Amino acid sequence: MSTPLLQAEDLSRFYGGRIGCRDVSFSLDVGEVLAIVGESGSGKTTLLNLLSGRLAPDAGHVRYAMRDGTTRDLLTLTEAERRHLARTDWGFVHQDAREGLRMNVSAGGNIGERLMGIGDRHYGNIREAARGWLSRVEIDEGRLDDKPTAFSGGMRQRLQIARNLVTAPRLVFMDEPTGGLDVSVQARLLDLIRSLVADLGLAVVLVTHDLAVARLLSHRIMVMKAGEVIETGLTDRVLDDPQAPYTQLLVSSVLAA
Amino acid sequence: MTAPAYNFAYLDEQTKRMIRRAILKAIAVPGYQVPFASREMPMPYGWGTGGVQVTASILGQKDVLKVIDQGADDTTNAVSIRQFFEKTAGVETTTETLAATVIQTRHRIPETTLQGHQVLVYQVPIPEPLRFLEPRETETRKMHALAEYGLMHVKLYEDIARHGHIATTYAYPVLVAGRYVMDPSPTPKFDNPKMDDCAALQLFGAGREKRIYAIPPHTKVVSLDFEDHPFEVTRFDRPCALCGAQGSYLDEVVMDDRGARMFVCSDTDFCESRQENGHRGPLNQEAAE
Repeated sequence: MSTPLLQAEDLSRFYGGRIGCRDVSFSLDVGEVLAIVGESGSGKTTLLNLLSGRLAPDAGHVRYAMRDGTTRDLLTLTEAERRHLARTDWGFVHQDAREGLRMNVSAGGNIGERLMGIGDRHYGNIREAARGWLSRVEIDEGRLDDKPTAFSGGMRQRLQIARNLVTAPRLVFMDEPTGGLDVSVQARLLDLIRSLVADLGLAVVLVTHDLAVARLLSHRIMVMKAGEVIETGLTDRVLDDPQAPYTQLLVSSVLAA
Repeated sequence: MTAPAYNFAYLDEQTKRMIRRAILKAIAVPGYQVPFASREMPMPYGWGTGGVQVTASILGQKDVLKVIDQGADDTTNAVSIRQFFEKTAGVETTTETLAATVIQTRHRIPETTLQGHQVLVYQVPIPEPLRFLEPRETETRKMHALAEYGLMHVKLYEDIARHGHIATTYAYPVLVAGRYVMDPSPTPKFDNPKMDDCAALQLFGAGREKRIYAIPPHTKVVSLDFEDHPFEVTRFDRPCALCGAQGSYLDEVVMDDRGARMFVCSDTDFCESRQENGHRGPLNQEAAE
């Protein structure tokens, strides 16, 4: 067994007396997709922020296998290292594309920002890379110089994904990537994410409250309630044969289409 | 005329010490924006309150002051700041670039090469080069601290994508001493090469934004660009209409309401001294005879 890409160990975060999340442990392998599901307020987003270094845990550790082969505790990284990691080896797809994009910068500039951030100084190459990624996420190349404000919700989300993937990250965090999109757009986006994840061998930590999304994308699933993980296992196993009462409730409350 | 109610050069000595400390720090860390407790000055923000405070703090009794605004010695801003220091410090003033020891400027660097004994003081409206891309001060400070300057190139990228070339012509970002990206104040990019390896000390004061930064003498100043879209200096396809100078920065002057216009040196001292030495431009031929 190779070393896991990401390991969480007894992660806890409290907001005063309230629990954000408590004693969460798991490990994620290279190329594995983990879905974190649960209702609103169950600590999904807190956990995602802890994992991605955007929030410091009150207890516990997050370890990450860096590109150079060493495994580092995120808490011991310097801020410069953490930001560099987040800009190169990680991606973060926000639910609201406006948080993840620069709305007053063209699509090409948005995709190229990470390349320029790691020192690419050749305009032609940056533009070609941006053009390539635009077509990979199924946006017409003619929109390269349009700003995201002129894009539809689904296109913004796809642009956000392209912007994150341009540096070939190994791990992508997704926070409700399909939230707020209509059903047909959602389906297309899910299709796209699924093929990109498979093609690029991405590891993904996916936060969603939509069990259908989890079913379609993830290999494993973690069910959270009130800040704690109550059930974990292979996606099909958890969804077809839920053990915890809460999971049973969650699964049975999905409307069959 | 002097105004005895004021301390020499208007500011009290404690304030000057505070500003001098900021200046020393700025010189020690080239291109870094040092915060300072900017004072109210008897002129509105945007008129050079930062530059005036820097000048007031470094001015000595034997200094000779020159003030230019867009290169000209005779515009309102330049005249009023010159008068301000004549009144409050009683120092000698001049319009001659080479005779001055301290030159306060807005938007230009004199055409005449500056010397080691001179100090150039810039008036700066917005010192943060990353401001229009990243509105959060906390974030821009972090970006400076970690030297994360990719965003600056995003701005240049946008220029090329929209205009086919880098269309930023003023406040063109520079990298100072290989470390800090700096806004050279709204000087035309024509003047950027003059900042590189300049013999004179260059000080920048932003009064409203409360920042001072500096380029020590003979510091490497590089204009940012792309490998396939290198930095280019603005060129003019004609000489100055009055003095015939090639390769100086020209201002466009509208002559009448039928579209007639002339192009003249923006540096008035440079233009006048050339004319005194017998140089004549195309619109100035009769005067020569």
